[in-house]
Amino acid sequence: MLDVHNLSAAYGQSEVLHNVDFSVAPGEIVAVVGRNGMGKSTLMKSLIGIIPPRSGEVKVDGTDVSTLASHARVARGLAYVPQGRQIFGTMTVRENIETGLVVTGKTLIPHEIFVLFPILKEFEKRRGGNLSGGQQQQLAIARALASDPKILLLDEPTEGIQPSIIKDIARVLRQIRDMTNMCIVVCEQVLSFVLDVADRILVMENGRIVHSAMREGVDEAAIARFLAV
Amino acid sequence: MFMGYSLGEIGSIFAMQAFAGLILFSVFVLMALGLAIIFGQMGVINMAHGEFMILGAYMTFLTSHLFQTYAPQAFAGYFFVAMLVAFVASGAIGLAVEWLLIKRLYKRPLDTLLATWGLSLIMQQAFRSIFGAREVGVQLPDWMMGSLQVTDTIEVQINGLFVMTLTLMITAVVALLLFRSRWGLQVRAVVANRVMADAAGIDTRRIDRLTFGLGCGIAGIAGSAFTMIGSTSPTAGQAYIVDTFLVVVFGGAQSLLGTIASAFTISQSQSTLEFFLTGSMAKVTTLLIVIGLLMLRPQGLFVLKVRK
Ligand SMILES: Nc1ncnc2c1ncn2[C@@H]1O[C@H](COP(=O)(O)OP(=O)(O)O)[C@@H](O)[C@H]1O
Ligand SMILES: [Mg+2]
Repeated sequence: MLDVHNLSAAYGQSEVLHNVDFSVAPGEIVAVVGRNGMGKSTLMKSLIGIIPPRSGEVKVDGTDVSTLASHARVARGLAYVPQGRQIFGTMTVRENIETGLVVTGKTLIPHEIFVLFPILKEFEKRRGGNLSGGQQQQLAIARALASDPKILLLDEPTEGIQPSIIKDIARVLRQIRDMTNMCIVVCEQVLSFVLDVADRILVMENGRIVHSAMREGVDEAAIARFLAV
Repeated sequence: MFMGYSLGEIGSIFAMQAFAGLILFSVFVLMALGLAIIFGQMGVINMAHGEFMILGAYMTFLTSHLFQTYAPQAFAGYFFVAMLVAFVASGAIGLAVEWLLIKRLYKRPLDTLLATWGLSLIMQQAFRSIFGAREVGVQLPDWMMGSLQVTDTIEVQINGLFVMTLTLMITAVVALLLFRSRWGLQVRAVVANRVMADAAGIDTRRIDRLTFGLGCGIAGIAGSAFTMIGSTSPTAGQAYIVDTFLVVVFGGAQSLLGTIASAFTISQSQSTLEFFLTGSMAKVTTLLIVIGLLMLRPQGLFVLKVRK
């Protein structure tokens, strides 16, 4: 479903992402873990097209999208939940979700979104900026889901969120996968969350994927060592 | 400055000048509306905005001529057609300019300033070549002439009432578009966070083009209104661009209500003061008022409050 070949990306002259290779199958949840500054966000941004790749390919269903603008990638089935959520603060909850709907040409928000996030239905007329952190995270995920994606990218969805809500987010991600057979790529530093959601774990260090393991029978201590500061 | 007038006279003067100020207010609101949505969304300051207004004024002039020559029996309704023609002409040229010029300069704000300034010179020369350097005025249909006698000393012009009603309607339509339409939803998302809007699936470049076209189109309608307070000449737009900037900055670039309140304050103080002082002293006083208020509220008159 998602095939990344030899992907490199740079800020100006300094290359931050070096020849990254991985694939994700439909219905699979892959977690990319690594400490701060290892290149996780850069990977996500180059997948969605915020940073143009220096070289390499990003294939969705076999077609390369790496030269397309972000919105065109969204039209091909990618969706992005950024680090820090970046919801549109002055717009209502409903309007935030509708921005994701634009690319589909539909006018009605799919019922399933409110089933996954009932709180958003309750607060649909509030301004996004006035929600709590956890609610904003749900809103950012809902906005991404509204574009009816095949591939969902999430960048540190647990950042700054209380533990009880982190559990909810893990549950919702698995629920989405079970409902739609979507493939999900999530960047994380919180090991418990990763072990909770992922089918496969990739470790990123200094812009390279240095380790890969299936969730089943993973050596937790080894992954924890990669995350230790 | 109030010497030599009785209290009653001063009251009437204020009322009538306030009313005269309302046409100016209309022109300001329409101009500022276009400038503000373009600036708010793209960060582009359209130095040629005054020329888009004048283009609308020339279109109004042309339409009135065509009606006089070919359909004098329908002359009473020409102004409605003229506004539509002005909107379409200015809007279409705006779309073309965005496509040919502006979209290549988005990452270079200073260059857009220069480029649109150059464009304003080109447009002025084009007006001069096509319509001549002389000022032209339009003739109003009979029903728009004359005034309503409100009291013995106060009378208001019908064309002023008409233009103001129209302006309020256009403003309402723009507000409706911004807050209820798909285009408006996308504009607000782009204004809030361009990169994220694109990553959420919004074709931001397409929205830019539409917004630029719409902003210029509204300037064209402002041009129709303008024909009632000034005579149209190739450079007449220049006088309005600075005032319009003032309106936008004073109102707070992102707020429709702020733009209206700001246009009202500026046009009213300008028009009322002009009666008692010279034109330039009126301008100085207006500027001082604006500067004073901006020092109290640097973010403009109206800003939305939400958690960061
Ligand atoms: N906008 C930027 N300009 C220059 N360098 C950047 C920028 N953003 C991130 N970097 C650098 O790229 C590297 C990877 O950053 P990032 O992808 O944000 O890591 P992570 O998300 O894993 O914390 C870091 O060394 C960081 O300093
Ligand atoms: Mg990051």
